[in-house]
Amino acid sequence: MDSKYEAVIGLEVHAQLLTDTKIFCGCSTRFDAPPNTNVCPVCLGHPGVLPVMNKKVVEFTALMGLATECAINERSIFARKNYFYPDLPKGYQISQYEEPICEHGKITIELKDGSMRDIGIIRIHMEEDAGKSIHDQGSETLIDVNRCGTPLMEIVSEPDMHTADEAYLYLTKLKQIVTYLGICDGNMEEGSLRCDANISIRLKGETKLGTKTEVKNMNSFRNVEKAIEFEIERQIDILEEGGRIVQQTLLWNADQNKIIPMRSKEEAHDYRYFPDPDLMPVIVDQKWKVEISKMMPELPEKRRDRFIEQYSLPKYDAEILTSSRDLADYYEKILTVTDDYKSASNWVMTEVLKNINDRKITVAQFPVSAENLGKLIKMINENIISGKIAKEIFPEMLSTNSDPNVIVKEKNLVQITDTSEIENVIDGILSANPKQIEEFLSGKDKVIGFFVGQIMKETKGKANPAIVNELLKSKLESKREK
Amino acid sequence: MSVTRKEVEYIAQLARLRFKDEELENFTSQLNEILSYVDKLNELDTENVEPLSHPVEEFNKFRDDELKPSIEREEALKNAPDRTDEFFKVPKVINKE
Ligand SMILES: [Zn+2]
Repeated sequence: MDSKYEAVIGLEVHAQLLTDTKIFCGCSTRFDAPPNTNVCPVCLGHPGVLPVMNKKVVEFTALMGLATECAINERSIFARKNYFYPDLPKGYQISQYEEPICEHGKITIELKDGSMRDIGIIRIHMEEDAGKSIHDQGSETLIDVNRCGTPLMEIVSEPDMHTADEAYLYLTKLKQIVTYLGICDGNMEEGSLRCDANISIRLKGETKLGTKTEVKNMNSFRNVEKAIEFEIERQIDILEEGGRIVQQTLLWNADQNKIIPMRSKEEAHDYRYFPDPDLMPVIVDQKWKVEISKMMPELPEKRRDRFIEQYSLPKYDAEILTSSRDLADYYEKILTVTDDYKSASNWVMTEVLKNINDRKITVAQFPVSAENLGKLIKMINENIISGKIAKEIFPEMLSTNSDPNVIVKEKNLVQITDTSEIENVIDGILSANPKQIEEFLSGKDKVIGFFVGQIMKETKGKANPAIVNELLKSKLESKREK
Repeated sequence: MSVTRKEVEYIAQLARLRFKDEELENFTSQLNEILSYVDKLNELDTENVEPLSHPVEEFNKFRDDELKPSIEREEALKNAPDRTDEFFKVPKVINKE
C-alpha cells in the first residue's frame, strides 16, 4: 500500500444463531431441508399473524455481548426495516434499530508483531434472515422461504481497522468467540457467518473520514482479506489519478478476483425504520444477566493460559490447541486416558491437524477418537509399542478407529523388551556380518546404524530401541577386548 | 408540516405504487389535509413526555426454542400467483452478479 494513505475499515458481521427454531415461529432452522417445507403463516408473512420472540435468541446475543465486553441494555426494542425484495415476504425485516440489545464492546486481536489491539464494537443486535432467491434457473426467479426468520445476530465494529490483515484477524477472532460460545457454527462458506466491509482511505494524519464503499459477497476468510486489499488499492489508484471515490455497494467476485459494482436502484436506501408494534420490548434485568453469564464457557485466552499453567505446555502449543473449542476439547479428552501432556500435544499438532487439513475435515469429523489416541500414547509410554510402530498403526486407526490395543494384538506388534530374546537376535546378526564388525573395530562408528537397522528388520521394528542400543554397544565393545 | 407532489411520488415509488397525474394531485392535497389535522397535536407540550413505542406495558413475551410442526408445502404454495412444484416463482430479479 502507498505509504501516503491509511485505510479505515469497519466490518458488519451477520452470524446465524444455532437455535433449533426460527426467531419468531416454531419452524425448524435446518438448512438442508427441501425447499419451502420449514414454513408457516408467520414466516411466510401472511396477514394477521403474530411473531413471538424465541427466548434463546436473546440469551445467545446477550452472551455474545458479555463475551465482547459490551454493555447489555436493560431495555431493547424491535423495529421494522422496510424494503421490497421477493425473498422478504412481509415487505419488512424485523430487526433492532434504536435501542439494540448490546452496545460499546470490543474484540482484542493479536497482531503479527505480538502486540495487542482493541477493535471496538458499536453494537450487536438481533434480527431475522430473509429467504433465498434462485436466479440461475430459467427466465424467472425462484423463491425458497425456508431461511426466512432464521435468527441472526449482527455485530457492527467501529471503523478501527487499517489493513486487510487486521480485518482478517478480527473476523477470525470473532469466529473463535462464537464457536466457543456454541452460538454459531462460524462457517463462512455455508453462509452461517457473513461479512460486509465498509472501506475508505485518507491521507495519513488526516482525521476526517474519506468517502466509503461497502464490499459484500466475500464468502470465505481469505476472500475477505483479498477483497479488502483489492478495494484499498482501487481507491488509492482513483485518488492518485485525481479522481473521486463514489459511495456505492460493491460485490467481490472470487472467481475473477475482482470487484464489481452492484447495480444500484435509483433511490438511495430509505428503510423507514419504526418500532414494531407486534413485538414487546425485551427487558434484561440484573437477575437474568447473571443467569446468562453463568452460561459463559471458558474463553480462548483463558483456556490457553490454563493449558500453559496446568499442562506445562509452550505458549505455541497452547495457542494452537485452543484455536478452536473442538480441538481444545479433543486434546483434553486425550488427557482423560494419559497424563503425558506434551506427547498428547505433539500428536494433536502433527498427526491430527495434518490429517484434518489434508482431508479438509473438521475436528468433529476426525475419525480417531480422543480415547483411542490416548490409549496409543499410553502404549508407547508403557513400552508396549515403540513410537515407530505407533506411527505405523496410526493409518489403520484413521480408517477404522479401532482400539490400538486390538490392532497391536492382532498384528502381533507388541514391543520386544525381553533382553534374552533381543540378545539372540543381536548374536545372530553379529555372526552373520563379520566384515562390519572389523569395520567397527577399526574405528568406523557409523556401522552401528547398520546393525540397528538389521536388528529392527529382523524383529519387524518391534525390538525396544533403547534395549537394542544398550545391548548392541556392550556386545561390540566386548569384541574389542578379545 | 406538509408534503409536495414530488414527495408523494417518492412515497408511491417506495410502496411500488404507480399513479396517474390527477391521482397524484388528489393524494397530495388529501395528504396535506390529513397532516394539517394531525398538526393540531403539535399544540401540546410534550417536552417531558417519553416517546411511546408500545401502547401496552407488556414486555418479555417469549416462547421456548421448541419445534412446532410447519405447514405442508402444498399449503404454503397454494395461494401463490405463480409457482413450480417446490418454489414460489416471481419475475426475474436483476441478477446480483
Ligand atoms: Zn414459520
